[in-house]
Amino acid sequence: MKNSTSLISTNNVCLHFGNDVVLHDIDFSVEEREIVTLLGPNGSGKSSFLRILIGALQPTGGVVNRRDGLRIGYVPQRLSIDANMPMSVDRFLRLGKSNRGELKSKWVEQVGVADLLSLQVSHLSGGQLQRVMLTHALLADPDILILDEATQGLDQPGEAAFYRLIEQVRKEQGCAVVLVSHDLHVVMSASDRVICLNGHICCEGAPTIVSAAPEYRALFGLGTEGALALYRHDHDHSHDHAPGHAHNHSHDHAHDNTMKHEAKNDAKNDADV
Amino acid sequence: MLDDFMFRALLAGIGLALAAGPLGCFVVWRKMAYFGDATAHAAILGVALSLAFSLSTFIGVLLVAALMAFCIARLSGRMYAIDTLLGVAAHLSLALGLVAVSKLSGVRLDLSSYLFGDILAVSRADIVVVWLGAVLTTALLIWRWEPLLTSTLNPDLAAARGYDVEREQLVLMMSLAVLVAVAIKLVGALLITAILIIPAAAARVFSKTPEQMAVVAIVVGVLAVAGGLGMSLFADTPSGPSIVVVAGLLFLIANVIASAKARSSGRSR
Repeated sequence: MKNSTSLISTNNVCLHFGNDVVLHDIDFSVEEREIVTLLGPNGSGKSSFLRILIGALQPTGGVVNRRDGLRIGYVPQRLSIDANMPMSVDRFLRLGKSNRGELKSKWVEQVGVADLLSLQVSHLSGGQLQRVMLTHALLADPDILILDEATQGLDQPGEAAFYRLIEQVRKEQGCAVVLVSHDLHVVMSASDRVICLNGHICCEGAPTIVSAAPEYRALFGLGTEGALALYRHDHDHSHDHAPGHAHNHSHDHAHDNTMKHEAKNDAKNDADV
Repeated sequence: MLDDFMFRALLAGIGLALAAGPLGCFVVWRKMAYFGDATAHAAILGVALSLAFSLSTFIGVLLVAALMAFCIARLSGRMYAIDTLLGVAAHLSLALGLVAVSKLSGVRLDLSSYLFGDILAVSRADIVVVWLGAVLTTALLIWRWEPLLTSTLNPDLAAARGYDVEREQLVLMMSLAVLVAVAIKLVGALLITAILIIPAAAARVFSKTPEQMAVVAIVVGVLAVAGGLGMSLFADTPSGPSIVVVAGLLFLIANVIASAKARSSGRSR
């Protein structure tokens, strides 16, 4: 899995907060142009892991390697701009010296934020802010795009549209993509790999493209145009080493209309770990 | 012209406003008002120490303020909430400073000139120090502007761009310490935070970008200094508080204009 061309790789990465083990023994790598989806319930340490990848957090153990001169385009989960700070969209896009003229006009056009430039960032809707943050990340001319729960707060057609946009800009920019999702079962269909994280890497695989199946139609409707896919967890271990937590539920879900419900239960159980 | 005490005061005040504008914006954006107070209160301890060791007040205040800024930056978020930590540090250093000053034998010290400042008494040498400090902090802020702004907005965004968030914070803290050291003679320890925050707050309502806000804050600061000195001259009021009073008036006027504007544009729609 790991080789010298990896954009980012981690070796035995651990993270402790005091006596709490947040992450342990994580071996992970992203190759050029690869799309990786990182799944995990709340409290699984996936946001911390992302912050380790971008260099905002130092792991307490293990090694993180970034390719020399790696340019990261990061889209945070949310951006809370203090009301005291005036910040127009246009100025935000120039933040961090990414003022490359032709690059800016290209991405502003493609991501569709041209109409927003004169607005204040604090006045944007959730979906608008998402696209503005994506444009800002692209203006870094990134080798890798890293998105933290970028589809949170979007409905399913909105989520599918956002994934199609990511796919399109990935093709154009030729960058790798790492996205984090809180949804344990519905992922971006273009993902090359799906990694399920819960303190450590629980399982890893490819998403199941089931867009033709009637169950899929029933679940997602027709509006998603295959941007969403399902991920079937295949855990070969249990979490009974965590005291007081019975991890006896199965990860073999029937992919029918009840799936969403089960996914929620899953998240709740895993968060207890 | 430099023989005129009013002109010297104006020159020193403009230097202070130049540095306080952009720095005050960061104090406002990062909600560091209490931090400014703590650093300023620590300055009294610096005054006492410089008298005890016959240092220049500028050096003594700078050292203590920088030490204070550094300690708080390092300790915050470890065990106590930042405002608890600042509450302890600010008042302890102020009290320590007052106790130390009282124990200095043979020194007759007019403490009120350090608490409230005396901009009308600045010497030519003071003007040089103020402008050196102002140019230094402003140059530092301009140089680190993008990283500082990015890490103020979102530390993770800054880290992803390869900026060292902690180092940028330290740059800001040290700039603040320099400003406190030059400002204590002019407006005094108790009013330094006002000079930082009020012009920035007044500038907020007229600005669409952070840079606009910083520039307008400088303009408001200069107007406040000129207006305050004028008020002091004609109404025989203490100069430091007068500057703050005029700054407060400008803040009110700015908000009245802004809300009138918002109402008229609301009606035209």
